[in-house]
This record gives sequence, structure tokens and C-alpha cells, in this order.
Amino acid sequence: MSQSYNRGRVEDFGRWREFSAGMWAWIFHKFTGWVLIGYLFTHIAVLSSSIQGPEAYNTTLQGLESLFVVRILEIGLLAVAVFHILNGIRLLMVDLGVGLEAQDKSFYASMVLTGIIVVASVPTFLSEVGV
Amino acid sequence: MSTQVPETETETEAETKSKPNQERRMAEKAERREAADRERLAREELEAADETVHLKVFRYDPEVEGKQEPRFDDFHVPFEKGMTVLDALIYARDHYDSSLTFRHSCRQAICGSDAMFVNGSQRLCCKTQLGELETPVRVEPLPHQEVVKDLVVDMQHFYDQMEAVEPYFQTDGTPNGELEEQRQDRKNREKIKMSTRCIWCGACMSSCNIAAGDNEYLGPAAINKAYRFYMDEREGKDMQEHRMRVLEQEHGVWRCQTQFSCTEVCPKDIPLTEHIQELKREAVKSNLKFW
Repeated sequence: MSQSYNRGRVEDFGRWREFSAGMWAWIFHKFTGWVLIGYLFTHIAVLSSSIQGPEAYNTTLQGLESLFVVRILEIGLLAVAVFHILNGIRLLMVDLGVGLEAQDKSFYASMVLTGIIVVASVPTFLSEVGV
Repeated sequence: MSTQVPETETETEAETKSKPNQERRMAEKAERREAADRERLAREELEAADETVHLKVFRYDPEVEGKQEPRFDDFHVPFEKGMTVLDALIYARDHYDSSLTFRHSCRQAICGSDAMFVNGSQRLCCKTQLGELETPVRVEPLPHQEVVKDLVVDMQHFYDQMEAVEPYFQTDGTPNGELEEQRQDRKNREKIKMSTRCIWCGACMSSCNIAAGDNEYLGPAAINKAYRFYMDEREGKDMQEHRMRVLEQEHGVWRCQTQFSCTEVCPKDIPLTEHIQELKREAVKSNLKFW
């Protein structure tokens, strides 16, 4: 259904302010999914340093964990993973046809729960930075 | 107020036909006078009204040179309690610019011809109260469909998708007796109740992000239509299998990504996503074999 002329922001993401809960859930689920796939590669890269022996693995991990940025990224990773899990459960319910009337509420619930878990994890992730 | 191109008088007709020519000119003059009267009346009504509503209406006409560039026209309409967006559009057309084009017919949410994009969401104009909207009220044609003129979009693709699911009752098992009725039991009727409400307005199809990117996708309305007949027990097993063969294809039910946009905008409150999900489960069940 292409347009014979440019209708501007009518048909693109410029309308994001008008998105509803279901749409946001979909966008976030896609986004977090791609982030997790990206992380998978870094994860494999870091783990494969153990091929060169235990010392190499230890120095790599210690080097990474001493960086403040990495700690921040870890919190981000947790947020992304937790949201993906919770929204995945929500989507499972949607697929099973359970509580479709409350799909927006369950999206908000998964957002709030993600927030709480992430905030609670901050002390764990940020303790002993640089040790 | 409107960006209507001023008409230029052209006298190309032969002098010999002076009398009808004169008549025609007289008629045109009378028409112009009437239009001016209407606009003056509107201005008076506007001043007398306690409340006015500001409409921003999308305008586009590929056939008139000065109107090929899409733009927004402003209309100020006197507000009355209970006024719908369609009422306001009709007022604007009748008083300010008779070239303002939009589809409407029954004005009571049955014919399904006036679905438009109002304040960033697909709505049925005759069902949308002006008082509940933020001003200025922005009225645009349905997104993801070709605009024919102003607020009129080409619905052909939507109708093609609807036809693709064979949206009519068909069965092999007709009753034996000549006057015997083809009864449906209450429980089954209740099951398909919501899905029968569809008025083919196209709001769901326009709101669907997937349908926008995939022209082959049946779309929420067509799948809902298929649901209405698939779940109807009177059609029989063979027909059900036939319908499932259409639905379970790549661009059938599986394209739905449960964004709930269609359910959100449906003016008849049909639980479209729920119906699509149920058909997905039926599709899995009909294909799953454990031996």
C-alpha cells in the first residue's frame, strides 16, 4: 500500500507519541531481543578466552569487571533480559488466549517489575568497582 | 479559510449560443451568491455559538493543479453538544468549501464508510464525539492506503483481502426438508457474536503495522471474517478444512505479531487479536500429529 506522494510523518515512527501499550510492548520486545542476540556474541567472545588457559580468562574478566562502563552495561543487560523474560511470559499468555483484555496492564506490570528488579540490582553490580 | 483555487471564467463557447450561455452565467452567479450567503451565515452562526471547534483537515486533489500538494485546511465550526467529527465535517463542507470530499452514509456506525485518521488514531467519524477530542482536531485519510482525494482512500486492496477468505456462508450439508431452517445453537451463535459485528470500515487494516509492510497479509478484518465462518458449526468439517488452508498460509494468521493495534481502534469493539490468536491455535492443532 505504497503512497504516490510523501505523506510525511503519517506513516512512520514519527507518530511514536500515539503508540499504545501493545505497540510499545512489541517494539521493546524486538529491541531487547536484538540486544540479547548481540550480547550472545560478546558472551561467547569473552568465554572463549579460556581456550588460552585459565589465567587468560581470569585476567580478561577481571579487566572487564574493573571498568565502570562494563558495570553500567551489565545493569542495562539485566534490564533488557528481565523485560524480555517478563514480556515473553505475557506473550505466552496472549498466545494461549489468557487475559487478552488485560494485555496493556500486563505490559505495564512487566515494565514496573523490570524497573524494581533493576534498581534492586544496582548495589550488587556497582559494589567493589575497580577491585 | 479554505485553500480552494479561485475559479476563472472562461468563455469559449460560440457566440451563437448566447442565450443558454447567458443562462449558464446567471446560474453560476446565483450559485456563487448562494455560496457567499452560506459562508456569511456560517460566520454569523460562528459568532453566535458559545463554543467553536477548530478542525485541521487534510486536503489533496491530484486532478486540480493548485491542489496537488498535500496540505491542511483550517475550519472553525460552531460546537453543539453531541456533535461528532462527521457532523463537523459536514458543516465545513456545506458552509465553507463544497469541494471537501469524504465518504459518509448512514451516520450511525453501520455502513462503515467514514473511518478516518482523527488525532492520530483510526476512528469512525460518526461515532467520535468532538467534545472528547483535543483541539485542534486533526482529520486525515486512513494511513497506508492510497489517497484518492482529500479524506477518501482507495479501499480496493482491503476489499480484495476480504474476498480472499470467502466471506459468505457455504455448506454441503443443507437440510433435507424444503422448508427446514438451518439452525445454529445458542452457544455457537454466542461464540461468533462479536465477529459478526464487522462493518468493513478498514480501520483495523490501516492501523496494522504488519499489513502496512506486507501487502499479501490478509489483515485483521479478513481473518476476523474467516473466524466468523470457521467457527460456525453449520458449515461442516470439509468447509472448515478448506478455510483453514487459506488461513494457515504464510501470509495468513501467522503474520500477526499481537501489537493489538487493530483491537485498539476497532469501532465495533471486536476482539480481533483474540480471534486471530484462536485461529493460530486451531492452525497448530490441525497440523500437529503425534505419531
